Amino acid sequence: MRRVLFILLLTAWPALLHAQQAGGVAGEGDHTMGGRFLRLFDLNDTGVSNMRRALLGAVFLGVSCGLLGSFIVVRRMALFGDTLSHAVLPGIMFGFLATGIVLVGAGGVISADDMVRSPLESFGAFWKNSGCSFEFRVEELTKNPVLIFVGATIAGLLGGAVVTFIRRATRLKEDVALGLVLAVFYAVGVVLLTRVQGLGSSEVTGLSGFMFGQAALLTDGDLKLMGAITVFAVGTVAIFYKELLLTSFDNSYAEAAGFPVRAIHYSLILLLAFSVVVALQAVGVVLVSAMLITPAATAYMLTDRMHRMLWLSMGFGIFAGVSGAFMSFFFDAPTGPFMVLGATLVFVVAFLFSPRHGVVTRWLRQYSRAAQVQRENTLKAVYHVLEARDFEGEGVSLRELAERRSETEEDASRLSAELARHHLATLHEDGNQVHLTPEGWQRACEIVRNHRLWELYLTNEAKIAPDHVHDDAEKIEHVLGEEVVRALERTLDHARIDPHGRPIPGLADLQAGLAPEGGPDHILGFGKRL
Amino acid sequence: MSELIPPFDFQKVVIDTWTNGPFAIYGWGWRVLMGFLVITACGLVGNYLILRRMALIGDAISHSVLAGIAIAFLLTHSLGTLPMMLGALAAGLVTVGLIEFIHRKSRVKQDAAIGIAFTSLFALGVILIHTQMKGTHFDANCVLYGDLMAVGQSLVSVELSPLLAGKLKATGLTGETVLQGNELFLAPGQVLRMAVVTLVVIVLVRLFYKELLVSSFDSALAVSLGINATAIHLGIMSALSIVVVSSFDAVGAILVIAMLILPGATAHLLTQRLPVILWLTVAYALLSSVLGVHLARWIDCNIAAAMVVAGAALFVLAWIFSPIDGPIAKWRARNASVDQDLDGMGESAEPLVS
Repeated sequence: MRRVLFILLLTAWPALLHAQQAGGVAGEGDHTMGGRFLRLFDLNDTGVSNMRRALLGAVFLGVSCGLLGSFIVVRRMALFGDTLSHAVLPGIMFGFLATGIVLVGAGGVISADDMVRSPLESFGAFWKNSGCSFEFRVEELTKNPVLIFVGATIAGLLGGAVVTFIRRATRLKEDVALGLVLAVFYAVGVVLLTRVQGLGSSEVTGLSGFMFGQAALLTDGDLKLMGAITVFAVGTVAIFYKELLLTSFDNSYAEAAGFPVRAIHYSLILLLAFSVVVALQAVGVVLVSAMLITPAATAYMLTDRMHRMLWLSMGFGIFAGVSGAFMSFFFDAPTGPFMVLGATLVFVVAFLFSPRHGVVTRWLRQYSRAAQVQRENTLKAVYHVLEARDFEGEGVSLRELAERRSETEEDASRLSAELARHHLATLHEDGNQVHLTPEGWQRACEIVRNHRLWELYLTNEAKIAPDHVHDDAEKIEHVLGEEVVRALERTLDHARIDPHGRPIPGLADLQAGLAPEGGPDHILGFGKRL
Repeated sequence: MSELIPPFDFQKVVIDTWTNGPFAIYGWGWRVLMGFLVITACGLVGNYLILRRMALIGDAISHSVLAGIAIAFLLTHSLGTLPMMLGALAAGLVTVGLIEFIHRKSRVKQDAAIGIAFTSLFALGVILIHTQMKGTHFDANCVLYGDLMAVGQSLVSVELSPLLAGKLKATGLTGETVLQGNELFLAPGQVLRMAVVTLVVIVLVRLFYKELLVSSFDSALAVSLGINATAIHLGIMSALSIVVVSSFDAVGAILVIAMLILPGATAHLLTQRLPVILWLTVAYALLSSVLGVHLARWIDCNIAAAMVVAGAALFVLAWIFSPIDGPIAKWRARNASVDQDLDGMGESAEPLVS
C-alpha cells in the first residue's frame, strides 16, 4: 500500500515541475512604512501580489524546513544541515550558467531554457541540424528555477558525499570535514558568482537574492517548484514515517531488524537538500540552516513525541517565515535575516517560558516551591507551640513562634503575615496572635504527621538510629503524597507514637479542625487528646 | 565556453601581476601580502581549533563577529580599529557563552545550540548593517566575500625630515614611488594592522607553546601541571575573534572559515608533529595566496575566494601524497604488507615441516 502511494507521488510530481515563469519585479511607489502597509490592501498593486507570493513561499519553506529540520535535530546532524546549505551555492551558479549554453546550428539558436521547457522539440531540432555546436553566451543567461533546483540539489548531495569521504579516507574529524566542505564549496560558488558579475550579465542581480534571500523576487514558477518539492517532502515523510522514526532514535535496532539503514540515511539527506533548495530564494544560502535548526530545536524543547514535534516545528517554521516576510517588506531589507530572527524569537520565548523545561518557568517553580516549604515550616512551628502547651487555647503569640523557630519577632511577624495571605491563619491583636484557619490546621497536622511517620518508618523498617532520622524527615515531609502516607500507615500498622515518644496526628485530628460553619475568624476547637 | 573561462594569458596573469606598476603603490603585491598574513594568522589559530575539535566553534564565531562589528559601529559611529576589535571580542565571547548556556539550560544538543546562536547573531548583524550602516564600505558583499581588491589602494605615509629623506634617497634602495618628496609611503593601513595581528599571534603561539600543546592533547595532564584550562580556552576564543575581525575587510565572514580550517587540515594530512604542522601552515599560506592571486587575475573573480579554491587544490594534492592517509601511501603499505605476509609464510613453513 505504502509503495503504491509513494509511486503515485513520484509520478505525479514531475507534472508539477513544468512551471512557466512569470515576470514581476517589486513595484515602485510609496516607500514609507505606512505606505507599504496600505499597499498590502491594494488589490491592483503588483508589489502586493509580490507580497502574497512571498507569504506563500514562506509557508512552503516553513513546512519543508520544519519537517526535515526535526529529523536532523534529533539525529544530531544540525551542522551537517549548515554545511549542506552553504554547499549548494556552486550548484546554483552552475544551474544559472547552464542557461548560457546554447546550441548553435543551421536552425538557429536553442537555449538551455528552451531545452528544459520543451525537451522534445529542442532535441528534435538537435537531430535535424546535425553539425551544430555548443556555445556559451552571456546574453542568454536567465534564472531558470528548474535548472537551479537540479544544480543546487546535486551540489548539496556532492557536499554531503565529500564530508563522508573525508571522514572515511583521512584522520580528519567530522567537524573539520564539515567546515572544510562548507567553506570550499562556498568559495567555488563565490568564484563563479563574481566571475559572472564581471561578465556583466543583466540577470545576475537576481542571483544576489540567493545570498540573504529576497522573497519579494519569487516568481510564479519558483512558487510552483517550491510547492511541488514541499508536497513531495511531506508525502515521503508521511509514507516512510515509521522507518525515519526508528532510524532516528535507535539506529542499531533498525539495523538489526533488517531495515535498509544506509538507504534511509541517504534519502533523508536527499530530502534535506530538497528543503534547503526550497528555502534558498526566500532565506538565502547563508541562513537556510537557521530555518532548519531553530524551529525544530524549539519544538524539541516543548514535547517528547516525534509527531507532535513535527507539527510544532512546521508551525514555528511557518510563523518565522511569514513574520520575516512581513518585516522585510516593511524595512525594505533582505528576507532571510528577518525570518531567522523570527525563528530565534520563538526559540527564546520557548527557552524561557516552556511549561516544563523553560528557564524562567523552572526558576518560578523553584521559587514558589521554596515559599511553600517555608509556609509549611511555619505551620509546623505553630503546631509545635500548641502541642507544647497541650493544645490549650487557640492563638499562638508572635513571641512564642519566634522562640520556637529561634528567630526575631520581625521574622515571625513576616512569616505569619505570609500565612495570613494564603488564608492559612488569621492575625489578631494587631498581628500579635496567630490563629490557624481550618485549612491551616489541616496542613499543619499533615506536615507533622508526615514528619513523624517518616521518622518511625526509618527507625522501624530501615533500622536507623532514632537520633539520625530527623534531618531526612525534615526534607521529605513536604513532598509525601497521600498515597505514600496511606502505605506508610499500613506498613507501620497505624502506629500513634513516633520514635521520640510524641503522638502522630491521625485522620481524626486533621478533621477536628474543620469547623462546619463560620468565617475566617471562627475560633477552632482542637480535639487532640490521647 | 570561451567567454566563461578566458584563455590563459601568461603575460597578463603572471608577469604583469608582479612587474606592471610599482610594487609599493597600487600593487598586487600588497594583496598577496595581505592574503598571506590573513591565512597565516587564521591558520595558526585554526590549528588549535582542529586539535581541540572546535572547528565548528570557529565557524560560529566567524559569523557572529558581524553582530559585534555592527553594534560597535552603532555605539561609536566609527569604523576604527579599537571599537571593531572590542566589538568582535565581545561578540566572540558572547557566542561561546550563549552556546554553553543554551546547551546547559535546556535539552537542546550542542550542535543545534551552535547553529541557533550563530545564525541569530549573524542575522542581527546583517539587518543592522543593512539598515544602519548604509554609506559605509561595509555592505552585504563585504560580509559575504570581502574585498581584497580594495587593499593597496591607499597607503599610509610618513613625513620625513628633509635630511633623512635625502639620506634615504642617497641609498638608492627606494624608488621614486616609495619616497615622493619627503613623504615615505609605508603600506596600506589594513596590511599594517594585519601584520601586527599576525605578529602578535605568532608571538603568543611561541610564548604559550607548551601550554597550548599540553592542554590541546592531554587536558588531564594540563590540569595536573597547573595549567588553567579555562584561561587557555578563552584565550584561544579571543585570539580567534581578533583574527577574524581584522581579516574581515579582506575575506568576509564566511570565507574566513576556510582560512581557519584549510591550512591546518592540509598540514594534518602531511605530518603528525605539531612544530612541522605550524611551519607547513605558513608555507601553505604563502602558496595559496600567491596561487590564488594568479587565479583571480586569470578568471577575473573575487581574490579571497580564489585563494580558498587554490588552497583546496593544495589540500587535494596533500591528500594524494600524504604519507599517512594518501591513496599512494595506502597502496604501498598494502603491497608491502602482502609481500611481508608472503615472506612470513615462506619462513614459517619450514618449522612446520620439520
